Amino acid sequence: MKTAIKLAYRNLIGAGLRTWLNVIVLSFSFVIIIFMKGIMTGWDYQAKTDMTNWQIGGGQYWHEAYDPYDPFTFSDSHAPVPSGMQEEISRGNAMAQLIVQGTLYPAGRMVQVTIRGIDPGQQVLQIPTARLDTLTDAIPALIGSMMAKNSRLKEGDYVTLRWRDAAGTFDATDVIIAGIFATNVPAMDAGQIYIPLDTLRALALLPGEASILTFRESEKQRTELPGWKWMSKPELTREVDELIKTKQTGQTVLYAILLLLAMLAIFDTQVLSIFRRQKEIGTYIALGYTRQQVVGLFTVEGSMHAVLAAVTGAIYGVPFLAWQAKVGWTLPMEASEFGMAMAQTLYPVYSLGLVATTVLLVTITTAIVSYIPSRKIAKMNPTDALRGKLQ
Amino acid sequence: METTNNIISIRGLYKRFPMGKDEFTALHDINLSFGTGEFAGLIGPSGSGKTTLLNIIGSLDVPTQGEAIVLGRSIGKLSPRESARLRKESLGFIFQSYNLLAVHTVYENVEFPLLLLNYTESERQKMVLDALEWVGLSPKIKSKPPQLSGGECQRVAIARAMVKKPRLVLADEPTANLDAANSHHILQTMEKLNRELKTTFIFATHDEKVISYLKRRIYLLDGRVDNEELTEAI
Ligand SMILES: Nc1ncnc2c1ncn2[C@@H]1O[C@H](COP(=O)(O)OP(=O)(O)O)[C@@H](O)[C@H]1O
Ligand SMILES: [Mg+2]
Repeated sequence: MKTAIKLAYRNLIGAGLRTWLNVIVLSFSFVIIIFMKGIMTGWDYQAKTDMTNWQIGGGQYWHEAYDPYDPFTFSDSHAPVPSGMQEEISRGNAMAQLIVQGTLYPAGRMVQVTIRGIDPGQQVLQIPTARLDTLTDAIPALIGSMMAKNSRLKEGDYVTLRWRDAAGTFDATDVIIAGIFATNVPAMDAGQIYIPLDTLRALALLPGEASILTFRESEKQRTELPGWKWMSKPELTREVDELIKTKQTGQTVLYAILLLLAMLAIFDTQVLSIFRRQKEIGTYIALGYTRQQVVGLFTVEGSMHAVLAAVTGAIYGVPFLAWQAKVGWTLPMEASEFGMAMAQTLYPVYSLGLVATTVLLVTITTAIVSYIPSRKIAKMNPTDALRGKLQ
Repeated sequence: METTNNIISIRGLYKRFPMGKDEFTALHDINLSFGTGEFAGLIGPSGSGKTTLLNIIGSLDVPTQGEAIVLGRSIGKLSPRESARLRKESLGFIFQSYNLLAVHTVYENVEFPLLLLNYTESERQKMVLDALEWVGLSPKIKSKPPQLSGGECQRVAIARAMVKKPRLVLADEPTANLDAANSHHILQTMEKLNRELKTTFIFATHDEKVISYLKRRIYLLDGRVDNEELTEAI
């Protein structure tokens, strides 16, 4: 084996340009696969962190009728905060939100909104609710930057907000945009407006009520609350997980194409070298190799492309990947169009496992692709090989 | 099976190649023996069957009929592993076109057969340096074949064939690509090795220069032994 590796190495280096072309193509596969996988891991990590910080905290109780995808459920999905929870809230371990459907009238237009009543003093989510703690002539309201852009609202603007109270009566008032925040979590931005919880309770005639309760810490098990359903963190992030899985499937196609290109080049090289090096093959046999050993030699030689590619890839890949991890990869399109938690700039995260599995996968594929044409040697007649007359 | 002196006995050997629907008989009823230390040659025009016979002796091919016993082993009955072992341990080949490994140095080319045998690094080094000295190539140890002349290449090939001190060396038209001076040089080298190491040499050739060195001349014609002569007592 040592001899085979030594020989294979010399033969490959001796083959010059062709070897390096193959090695470079293959090294691209290494670097791109690791990079894209790193982006995915980084995205996953960032999406979950952002979701935790902005939207779901350590898990939530939802009113049993609450369905975030169906605003018509909002009028029924509220109940008084359960007595035990009130204590958690006042200790800052949890926060209550009341969710009411409403309409905003910015500059004569009409925008459907979800009004979120939120405690200005809450410390559970990153939403800068402290900005709601101001005394103004109108109700202070917070919106996200995407919402601000879409409804062309600026800080300090007054805008009419209409809602329906618990008795079914429509009512309207002016709110002032007290703050605009930037978040990567579209669910907390697009079509959302935040006003102080007590104000919304008063406007909607729902004193002491809430639609969702968000915890700061994630615990495996929470007590059953009648009329509420427990949504654990994994349940709440399942959508992100699934989206990333889908994206990864899409990426696998790209890897497959990349690998296929590299493998075609190596297959071609192997076929050509077996054809061109018949005399050499005959010589190995004359010197006492079995044909199986020559097959092994050529397989090692082909597989070594992967080893050289890993080294070459490391030379330019390590600085590139490290640099990307530092500056991040900025999406070529508007991140908010993805409709899920996604930052404009993603920071790839690489793990040792990722690098190891990629190297292993590419090396094994290369070995197989090198072996397939080499099998032909086992059927060669050594005297024909020595004459170099095989077709 | 063989007398103690014979390292090769060939009896009633035929070699036929398929030719379309027919068969082509390349060797007819060959009966020959070779003793240790011979310096013999198969002589004949192109197509007379020299290479075919040499390849069978070298266990690269098998007889269609009859028997070829080389160093006590019947060539037709060896498994691929056994025949590889015979070549690895006991046979050396020299080819018309040298067949050196172009990307390896002279040293590495000569070392190659030893890598298949279990010699230590220092044993190998001594053997390679000795072999290069026999053929007078010690100064070219680090060169690669493309940098050498044809004569030098063939001397590397001789060193490669001789380095493990095989009992039998088979040389197929070793001078065909060489000029007269180089031909004489390599023949003198081989003659010397034959004398000093008692290695048996069998040539396939139609080169007068080679023939003049042979101690035993076996003339082949259309796959048959046509005539045989000895130039001195063996
Ligand atoms: N593998 C083969 N298939 C068919 N015919 C062959 C094969 N090898 C050799 N021959 C034929 O056998 C004859 C002897 O060939 P060879 O031993 O190479 O002759 P020489 O070495 O004396 O020139 C030639 O006619 C050649 O065409
Ligand atoms: Mg011939």
